[in-house]
Amino acid sequence: MTKEHANWSPYDNNGGTCVAIAGADYCVIAADTRMSTGYSILTRDYSKICKLADKSYMASSGFQADVKALQKVLSSRHLIYQHQHNKQMSCPAMAQLLSNTLYYKRFFPYYAFNVLGGLDSEGKGCVFTYDAVGSYERDAVTPLSEAEAVDLVKTCFASATERDIYTGDSVEIIILNAKGVRRETEQLRKD
Amino acid sequence: MVSSQNESSLLSSEGDSQRTQYPYVTGTSVIGIKYKDGILMAADMGGSYGSTIRYKSVERLKQVGKHSLIGASGEISDFQEILRYLDELILHDNMWDDGNSLGPKEVHNYLTRVMYNRRNKFDPLWNSLILGGVKNGKKYLGSVSMIGVHFEDDHVATGFGNHLALPILREEWREDLTFEEGVKLLEKCMRNLLYRDRSAVNKLQIAKITEEGLTISQPYSLKTFWNFAAFQNPTVGAEGSW
Repeated sequence: MTKEHANWSPYDNNGGTCVAIAGADYCVIAADTRMSTGYSILTRDYSKICKLADKSYMASSGFQADVKALQKVLSSRHLIYQHQHNKQMSCPAMAQLLSNTLYYKRFFPYYAFNVLGGLDSEGKGCVFTYDAVGSYERDAVTPLSEAEAVDLVKTCFASATERDIYTGDSVEIIILNAKGVRRETEQLRKD
Repeated sequence: MVSSQNESSLLSSEGDSQRTQYPYVTGTSVIGIKYKDGILMAADMGGSYGSTIRYKSVERLKQVGKHSLIGASGEISDFQEILRYLDELILHDNMWDDGNSLGPKEVHNYLTRVMYNRRNKFDPLWNSLILGGVKNGKKYLGSVSMIGVHFEDDHVATGFGNHLALPILREEWREDLTFEEGVKLLEKCMRNLLYRDRSAVNKLQIAKITEEGLTISQPYSLKTFWNFAAFQNPTVGAEGSW
């Protein structure tokens, strides 16, 4: 009389590392490009970063299918917002939307671990970190310069690649500042 | 008492039978690569029923519309249902009669949504799919799993192909492979799978899709080589072994 149990899991961990750093007038968002399953590498060239708005970028690791679905939900909600308000969503507003979207599926969660980075309406860097069900907080701003922060990110990824089997191949770095957006790629160890 | 027992055993087999699933008749690996003129895909023609190789003429590579090719591994009946979904998709696309047609990227996206939505309902289509094609000169090759994990790349494989074929493809794939080189590379991978995957059968098809169109080869077999020294007198170093 025991309940039949599923012999498959609706979740998988596709791995990866995501980082974001908020500065006084910039924001750096970075993520590696490796997608794994179990002990296999599926592809070395998959972007975990999604542009939700002009000044809001989200980097997510975890279960890729859920991450993609989450990105689609947020993108379409942003489009509706733009139609209704005739302006882009601010980063703190997007942060709240992401939290609500995650909690909406509190009892069948998006297995996505997110980091939202961007510039707030005053042009200051802002970074929000989340758990899978929507708990979030705005992180502290660093006194580092933009160049120092980008360098720190590259060092961190090189270290993470050494010890974490799910991190490697290459890192995609997005830098947001008053002048606009810049994208950099660095190669990482492929083992 | 007896009737309630019957009820409970009936319930446990029927109650959730539309949801939790096991695969019954399955196809093994599919491999796909981009080459100079388009996409090449290979799959054998086996349909296994557990450990029995029950069917040996299963076509696991199929055309989808004008620009795409799908290869499937996993539950064959679920693949047949996917083909019905795709048939309807292409039909409705054609009925707009607007000169537009769904390309491989669009079909891949559609399949990803179908697989993910079934996974959300705890009623998955037990397949790993590879979708390839060329539209307006742009080559596309993507993969979707039964839980909706998807990506695109220059070379993809399902199942055992991930472990046995991908390393070969990663080492030897180049952007400008000719058709002959591509086929040779795929055959090298399929031979490796034939040696090492117990569900592989020695009867395969290779499909090619280019801007001009699609061709799926007639079934054929690979030559295998067992003359390695280690296979002659295999027990010479350990008498009594096998």
